[in-house]
Amino acid sequence: MTAPVEVHARRRAPATNAHSRRRWFWVFVTPFLAGLVVFVYVPIGWSAYLSLFNARNTVTPTDFVGLGNYAYLLSDRLFLDSMATFVVFALIIVPLTFACSLGLALLLRRIGVLQAFFRSAFFIPTACSYVIAALVWRMSFFNGARFGLANTMLRSVGLDPVNWLGGENHWYWFVLVTLRLWLQVGFYMILFIAGLNAIDPQVYEAASLDGATGFGVFRHITFPLLRPTSVAVATLLLINAFQAFDEFYNTLNTVRGYPPYARPPLVYLYLISFGDGSQDLGIGSAGTLILTVVILAFSLAQNRLLSIGADR
Amino acid sequence: MTITRRHLLALSGGIAATAALSACGTNTGRTSASPTATGGGASAKPNLSQWYHAYGEDGVQDAVKTWASEFDGANVSVNWVASDYEKGVSTALLTDNAPDIFEYANGPTLDMIKAGQAADLTDVVGDAKDSFTPRVMERLTYQGKIWAVPQTVDMQLLYYRPSLLAKARLQPPTTLDALVAAAKAQKTNDMGGFFAGNDGGLGVLGSLLIWGAGLEQISADKKSAGFNDARLYAAVGTFKSFFDSGALLKGASTDWSDATPFINGETAMQWGGLWDLPKVKQAFGDDVGVLPFPSTGNGGRPAVPFGAFSSVVNAHGKNVETAKQFVQWLWVDSEDKQVQFSNAFGCHIPAKPKLFSEADKVASGQGAQAAKFVSDHGFVDDLFWTPAASQAYSTALSNVVKSGRDARTEFTAAADKVAAELKRVNG
Repeated sequence: MTAPVEVHARRRAPATNAHSRRRWFWVFVTPFLAGLVVFVYVPIGWSAYLSLFNARNTVTPTDFVGLGNYAYLLSDRLFLDSMATFVVFALIIVPLTFACSLGLALLLRRIGVLQAFFRSAFFIPTACSYVIAALVWRMSFFNGARFGLANTMLRSVGLDPVNWLGGENHWYWFVLVTLRLWLQVGFYMILFIAGLNAIDPQVYEAASLDGATGFGVFRHITFPLLRPTSVAVATLLLINAFQAFDEFYNTLNTVRGYPPYARPPLVYLYLISFGDGSQDLGIGSAGTLILTVVILAFSLAQNRLLSIGADR
Repeated sequence: MTITRRHLLALSGGIAATAALSACGTNTGRTSASPTATGGGASAKPNLSQWYHAYGEDGVQDAVKTWASEFDGANVSVNWVASDYEKGVSTALLTDNAPDIFEYANGPTLDMIKAGQAADLTDVVGDAKDSFTPRVMERLTYQGKIWAVPQTVDMQLLYYRPSLLAKARLQPPTTLDALVAAAKAQKTNDMGGFFAGNDGGLGVLGSLLIWGAGLEQISADKKSAGFNDARLYAAVGTFKSFFDSGALLKGASTDWSDATPFINGETAMQWGGLWDLPKVKQAFGDDVGVLPFPSTGNGGRPAVPFGAFSSVVNAHGKNVETAKQFVQWLWVDSEDKQVQFSNAFGCHIPAKPKLFSEADKVASGQGAQAAKFVSDHGFVDDLFWTPAASQAYSTALSNVVKSGRDARTEFTAAADKVAAELKRVNG
C-alpha cells in the first residue's frame, strides 16, 4: 500500500517538504484512524457509559444507576467464582503450554531429519477452529457414555468409565486443558523456534570451548537469551487464558444452558447479559470493564516479574 | 507526529476491523422487498417482515411462506433465521431493521415489554382468549395485557417401557421415591435406570424439582424467590441420593433432548421431548409409556414443562396495525393452518385444546396424554426468572447435589441473589 507513495514522492521532488509529508500522512492515516475511533474507541467509551445505567434492551438508556452495576457484580459470588475459575485455568494452562512449547522447540532444533515435517505437524492444530476441536473432544474423545473413545480405553483395561464433563468430578479440567494445549502449543513452539534461531551460534561455541554442556548451556545461555520471547509468550498466554470462551462454551454448553461449574469470566458475562435472549447491556459493560482492568493489572504484574534481573 | 511501527500496527488493526465489518454491512439479516407480491394492487399494500427461527422439521419454511403470501392485507416477507435467533431478534429490535412480526419462546421477555418493544395484543386475541390453553395464555399475560399469540406448544415428559416395568413388577412411578425405586429395579450392567442429561439431569430437571415439590420459582408478588423452602431441600435430598445411587445414568450417546439413548437401550427410562414421540413409537411400537415428572413430599404435584413459540408484534414497526391484523388472521382465526403447523411437521400440540382432536398425533394415545399433561400439570419459566436468577438457582442445586453442600445455606444464598435481582428488575 505504501510502495506507490514512495515512488511518487521520490519522483516529485528531491527535497520533500514537510508540508507535503504531513498531507500524505493524513491521507493514509485518516481511514485507519477513523476505523480505530469508530470501531474501537467509540464502543469502549459507549460501554463505559452503558455500565453506569440500567440498560436492558436499549443502547440509549435513561435509568442512571452510578456504580450500581459494578457493586452488583463485585458482590456476586458467581462472578467471583468465575474469576477463581480463570485463575485455576491460567495456573494450569500458562506454565504447561510454556513448558511444552519450549520443550518442543528445543527438541525440534536438535532433530536432524524431517525437521520441517515435525514443525508442520505440531503447528497444524493452530489452524483448527476452537469450536470444531471442542466438538471433537466432547463428542468423540471425552464422551461420557461408556463407548466414548477415552471410556472405551478405560473399560478395556478394566476401569470404570468416567463422566468427563458432568461436573461431579474435576475431569473436565483435563478435557479443557488438553484441548487448549493441543490447539496452541504449535504456535508458541514456532515463536520459541524463532527466538532460538536469533541466538548467535558463536555464544554456544564460546560456551562449549569453556566446557559448558547439556542443561548448563540451557540454563546459562539459551534461557537467559530467550528472555524477550519468553516474556512475550507468557503475556500472550495469560491474555489468551483470560479471554477463554470458545472451548468452554462449546465443550460444556447444553440444550438447557451452560452448567454452573467451569464458568470463566467471559462465559459468565455472556450468560448473564445475553442468556435466554435477554440483553442486559449495563451489567455486561460493567463486567467487561472490570475484566479489562484485571487483565491489565495481571499483564503489568507479570511483565514486572519476568523482567526482574533482565539485562539493562 | 512521527509514525512508529507500533502506531502503524495499531492503525492497521483498526482498518482491518473496518473492512471486515463493512463487508457484512449489506447483510442486515432482513429479506429484501417482498417476494410474495401478486397482482396489480400489490404495490398499494404495506410491506411487513416476519421472522422465524429455523425449525428442524422439513416443510415448515415452505408452509409459513405460503401462508404469508395468502394474507390479503400486506406483502409479508418471511425471514428464516438459521442460528442464534433470539439474540438476532433482540439486537434487531434496537435498530431500524427490526421485524414487524416475530416469534419468541413464551412471548416477549419482561425487558422487551418494559422497554416498549412489544405491542399490546389484547384486542387481537379478544374473545378467542378462552379457546387457548389457559396455562399458556397466562404466561403471555403481564399486568392484565396479552403480549403474544401462541403458535404451537412443545413439552417435555418421561418416557418408559411398560414391559420393563412389568418385569420388575412395578407400577408407573407417581412420586420421586417411586421413580428412584423403578430406576434401581430396571437398571442392569448395560442399561442405566433413568437418564435426564449428561449433567446428571440437573439442568433440565432443576425447575421441576421446585414445581414437583409444590413450590414456584418466584413468589406471587414477584419480589422474592419462591423456592427457598424445606420441601425443596427434601426433594433435592432425594434427588441427591438418586444421583449418588448409580441408578441414574449420567453419560449417554446424546443429551436428554434426543431420545436416542432410550431407543438404543442405554437407559430404561428417559426424560425427553414430545418432539421425539414419533421416533420412540417407531422403535418400540406400543411398548411406550409417558409420564409427567413425579411429585415429591406432602403438597407435591406432578409437573411437565412446556414452551410455546408465540407471535409478537414490534411496537415500533411502521405498520403496527396491519401487523396485528396479520397475527390475528394467522394465529387466532386460521385454525386449519394452526392444526397443520402443529401436526404436519414433527409432533407439537396445538395451542387451542379444541383442535387436539384434529391433530392426529395428539388426538389419541401417548400424544393425547401429553397434551393433557400440559393442560393439567404444565409449568413454564416465570416471566421474572431472569438469567441471573436461573444461574443462581442452578449453581446452588449443583453445589448441593454434586458437591454435597448444605441445602439450606445454598438455596438461601440463591434466594438472596434472586431477591436482589428482582429488586433490580422491578426497580
